[in-house]
Amino acid sequence: MNPTLEQKQWMYRHMLVSRLFEETIEKIYLEGKTPVFNMANGPIPGEMHLSNGQEPCAVGVCAHLNKEDVVTATHRPHHQAIAKGVDLKKMASEIFGKETGLSGGRGGHMHLFDADVNFSCSGIVGQGLGPAVGAALSRKMQNKAGVAVSFFGEGAANQGAFHESLNLAAVWKLPVIFVIEDNAWGISVAKETATAVDRNAVRAAAYDMPGVYVPGNDPDAIFVAAGEAVSRARAGDGPSLLDIETYRLAGHFMGDAEAYRPEGEKEDLLSKDPILVYEKALLASGDLSESDNSDIKERAKREVDEAIEFARESPFSSPESALDHVFA
Amino acid sequence: MPAKERKLTVARAMAEAMSQEMRIDERVFVMGEDVGPLGGVFGNTRGLFEEFGEERVRDTPISETAFMGAAVGAAADGMRPIVELMFVDFFGVCFDAIYNLMAKNTYFSGGHVNVPAVIMTSTGGGYSDGGQHSQCLYGTFAHLPGMKVVVPSNAFDAKGMMTAAIRDNSPVVYMFHKGLQGMGWLGTEAGATVNVPEEQYTVEIGKAATVSEGEDVTIVSLGMGVHHSLHAAAQLREQGVSAEVVDLRSLVPLDRDHIFNSVKKTGRLVVVDEDYRSYGVSGEIIASVVERDISILRYPPQRVAYPDIPIPFAHHMEQWALPNAEKIVAACLKAIQPDE
Ligand SMILES: Cc1ncc(C[n+]2csc(CCOP(=O)(O)OP(=O)(O)O)c2C)c(N)n1
Ligand SMILES: [Mg+2]
Repeated sequence: MNPTLEQKQWMYRHMLVSRLFEETIEKIYLEGKTPVFNMANGPIPGEMHLSNGQEPCAVGVCAHLNKEDVVTATHRPHHQAIAKGVDLKKMASEIFGKETGLSGGRGGHMHLFDADVNFSCSGIVGQGLGPAVGAALSRKMQNKAGVAVSFFGEGAANQGAFHESLNLAAVWKLPVIFVIEDNAWGISVAKETATAVDRNAVRAAAYDMPGVYVPGNDPDAIFVAAGEAVSRARAGDGPSLLDIETYRLAGHFMGDAEAYRPEGEKEDLLSKDPILVYEKALLASGDLSESDNSDIKERAKREVDEAIEFARESPFSSPESALDHVFA
Repeated sequence: MPAKERKLTVARAMAEAMSQEMRIDERVFVMGEDVGPLGGVFGNTRGLFEEFGEERVRDTPISETAFMGAAVGAAADGMRPIVELMFVDFFGVCFDAIYNLMAKNTYFSGGHVNVPAVIMTSTGGGYSDGGQHSQCLYGTFAHLPGMKVVVPSNAFDAKGMMTAAIRDNSPVVYMFHKGLQGMGWLGTEAGATVNVPEEQYTVEIGKAATVSEGEDVTIVSLGMGVHHSLHAAAQLREQGVSAEVVDLRSLVPLDRDHIFNSVKKTGRLVVVDEDYRSYGVSGEIIASVVERDISILRYPPQRVAYPDIPIPFAHHMEQWALPNAEKIVAACLKAIQPDE
């Protein structure tokens, strides 16, 4: 089913929030890291994996999800978290390592956990799939509503965990949607040199589930494909695999020189920025008026500004509180 | 005339050792994630792809289970693979090949099958990379029989131990600390970048080194901890305390004699380990001394180690938990002046 006008605007708005959030994080991340780029410095230290360019995958899928549905995400989780409804203030605070963060600073940007909306992530490639299968199993065993979605990169589809999890979900007919965000790169390694098949969608056949390739990095097309997969899961008909073409507009992480990219690739991708493309399409089709657009942009900016301000102004927890929460 | 000075980073020293050995031994090849044109996320395979090409310097899919298993099979079949596990924290997805195959096949075969593979893997935190990208896990690997485990603390040892590791007929786990690599973005400890001879040489696996001599207290450490210990020893010297710093360099085999002899001289032992405190390297070092002769100790052994918690992301929490020179100084003073 095609998205309604409200759903289109919802997707557009969440993509914008994600992008604005990351553009702000990007600037702050560089504070204290010039002229010498040392990851340990600045208000946001550590690795920073931006998701700009990949927002359509998150919104196209999460537009079908409710709070009770489960999402497991990756080392590149911001867009997925925002689309799933993770509290933006607490998320920003976590990325700053503050006491008011989702985990009080214990997790950081690769380990965002928001139990209120059933969102979690892991920085180990491929290790979100098993937990998604388990969440789906739990829903089935408890006869509770809800499906599980595992987002991961095309690189992760070469992990054993991918193959084992798809098989397990299929054998037990679990309500899981496996979502590949194929940005064509795993750090510096191009997909075509690392993956035996052109399209990961074909791998679904090995596990007797639908495998749908969605080209174009287009929120509407992703929405349609995800809608079918989610309905199938909700109806008790088992798992599906979505294989989405998307673009990584930035480096693998901040500080990546991206010398491995073929000449012109970056410029080409930037010219296809999915948010700009979608904005243009919505304006052209009349799904978005100019005044709606500026309202949405203003609201997105306000949300992001408030979240960042909250994070900036929040206190750090005591260092000794590092000892807390090791056990339940 | 003094030999020509040539300071190398640990990353370059590792790459040089690999390339020199690859030139003389066709069986040596390198595989792992981003080890090809990128030259490794931590720079330690830089230049190898250009020199040896894609046949011998192989970027792998993100399939550690497969390529770690492949290293075992290739090594048993006459090759000498060097496999990179990008962060030691990722061992979980390939540990079976490491500890059930690589470490045991020599034994299971009664010595008829050897597995001359090198796993090179990065360790350590301090730059807020969170609890899945900052661990050391020295004790985890050293605990399992059948693998040698080395942890260089400077570029000279890094080159010599890499050459020794490649030539060793047993599997060697070569653990390099990110903070010693010489990558600017990781804020490298300057003391790790030292003079390195151009020609090939080996540093014997299983031999510790005294990197600073002293009389009052022995500080035993490895990797990044050696540098914290050297900084602590300098601070202690200003306070009139003479600390001896022992760099373990190798965890398996462990140079127990070297440790014992130093502690026998000083009567006091402080172990510094960035790995988790319990069930690990620090306990083993202390046990190796006390089980031999507890009477040489004038004060209970102290340890400055990582608390038994997952590594927090937040900078202030992580720094609070990590070993540092101040903590080492305090532990040494406690051992020397217990009443103060
Ligand atoms: C098991 C494991 N191996 C390697 C890594 C290092 N690593 C982090 S992200 C990444 C690339 C992942 O590629 P992909 O799955 O396509 O996701 P993308 O980064 O493109 O979003 C690698 C190799 C890791 N975190 N975990
Ligand atoms: Mg990718």
